[in-house]
Amino acid sequence: MRLYALCVYLFLYTPIAIIALFSFSAGRHASQLQGFSVQWYGRALKNPFVMDALQTSLLVAFVSATLASILGTLAAVGLQGIRGPARAVFDGVIYIAVMIPGIVIGIATLIALVTVFDIVNPWVASLWPQSATAPTFSMGIGSLIAAHTMFTMALVIIIIRARLATLEQALAEASADLYATPFGTFRQVTLPLIAPAILAGFLLSFTFSFDDFIIAFFVAGSETTLPIYIFSSIRRGVTPEINAIGTMVMVASLFLLVIAQLILRRGATR
Amino acid sequence: MTQHERNWLLVAPAAAWFLVMLVLPLSVVLLFSFGERGPAGGYVPAFTLEQYANLPARFTAFQNTMILAPLGTLAALIIAYPLAYQLAVRTDPKWKTILLVLVIVPFWTSILIRSYAWIYILGGRGLPALLDAMGIEGVRLIYTPTAVLIGIIYGYLPLMVFPIYVSLDRLDKRLLEASSDLGARPFATFLKVTLPLSIPGVATGCMLVFILLMGEFLIPALLGGGKVFFVGNALVDLFLQSRNWAFGSAVAFTLIVIMLITVTIYMRLIGRLQSGRNDASIM
Repeated sequence: MRLYALCVYLFLYTPIAIIALFSFSAGRHASQLQGFSVQWYGRALKNPFVMDALQTSLLVAFVSATLASILGTLAAVGLQGIRGPARAVFDGVIYIAVMIPGIVIGIATLIALVTVFDIVNPWVASLWPQSATAPTFSMGIGSLIAAHTMFTMALVIIIIRARLATLEQALAEASADLYATPFGTFRQVTLPLIAPAILAGFLLSFTFSFDDFIIAFFVAGSETTLPIYIFSSIRRGVTPEINAIGTMVMVASLFLLVIAQLILRRGATR
Repeated sequence: MTQHERNWLLVAPAAAWFLVMLVLPLSVVLLFSFGERGPAGGYVPAFTLEQYANLPARFTAFQNTMILAPLGTLAALIIAYPLAYQLAVRTDPKWKTILLVLVIVPFWTSILIRSYAWIYILGGRGLPALLDAMGIEGVRLIYTPTAVLIGIIYGYLPLMVFPIYVSLDRLDKRLLEASSDLGARPFATFLKVTLPLSIPGVATGCMLVFILLMGEFLIPALLGGGKVFFVGNALVDLFLQSRNWAFGSAVAFTLIVIMLITVTIYMRLIGRLQSGRNDASIM
């Protein structure tokens, strides 16, 4: 049995190890291991396309994770006091958001936004004083942030609701009995107790957005995120540079995940 | 402001966001699926069932998905169960958490990067070369259904292990002792006590993996080399290459409906299985 478990761990980690191993190759070809060098890391970090894509990915991940954490937390707290059909509808929407394949979300967002923009743009132009300078809406960073926020907000709501369910209602009631305003209760009692869950939700959202390829592939317009760059590079053939980027991305996500886990763990034991 | 109004105010931004970025787009897909393709691609308003009648044109994609998704789920289950069992029942509690985290961590790192690693392993210089050296010649793995299946199992194994582990971990270990005290052999205990009690975890794991597999695009695109394609790959082709929005919407909507039907039937079956067992236990 132990041997079996060991085999499964090997199965899970060999591919990751191979990428890391090949990223240190000194050779020019991705399929050969020659010597040891960190030159591909240097090249990757100097490649303007990689840096541009990285910047876009970080911006999108940061903004969407922030929006998702704030709006998701508010919604999770508000939902506690909502019952009946409205609650059932909202729960259904969250369920759909998590269940529908990413590819369908990407496609649906693309065609819906392009259609809406096609209707709105001429309309804005006709209302604008000088139609030549009128703003036009198009797919890009904005649509990417909006789509990622939608999905990660559903994750945040699920995480925070799980945390809220473990809190004692008595705490909030005691606070109200002691004449705290609802906002005072939220700020001084509820918020500190769910803070670890919010932070963990933020980090998971960040990781999801940063790693997402399929939704971004459709809604990013002419923008390139890091996963999109990696995908199109692989299509042209794997290079040691891609291995170096992949290794860095995985190390960074691992780091964020470990932090998220530690925060959740500490929050649960307190 | 009443408590009730305040709650709604808190939920409103999220609700608006879901409305614009989820409900609206899905409604557009449904609407477009009854439309027609424009002369230069895109969508022309119409009300026709033509797109749905045309679905057999993408039969292979649906067929591949409906064969490889259940097969991948089953294979992942067979590999995951013993591992989850080992971790939950047979491992020192000191090591349990860290070993479980080690299983889950890969799932949260980029599936894109993890999947393309298999291009190395399954490609000509990887496993086939190794098998060749061992005397098994002419094995081709990359860009075959087997490669896609391996990629699928690899990608979603963590998602299968986790719920099974949770259900086995919650299981009251005294039941196992009672069973063995009453003279049951270990295998009989497993079959009559452990396995039935872990069904909820198995059901959750299978459903999660199956749902994600139905919408898979990346693994077939990378490891199937354009020869093994899923509905997801057909969708990318329809929307980004041939720009046939109406037909693409019909394919997307059909995929959602198939998913919902399968999941509903599956949940019913699991529900019946469990209530059936409860009846038996009362007797």
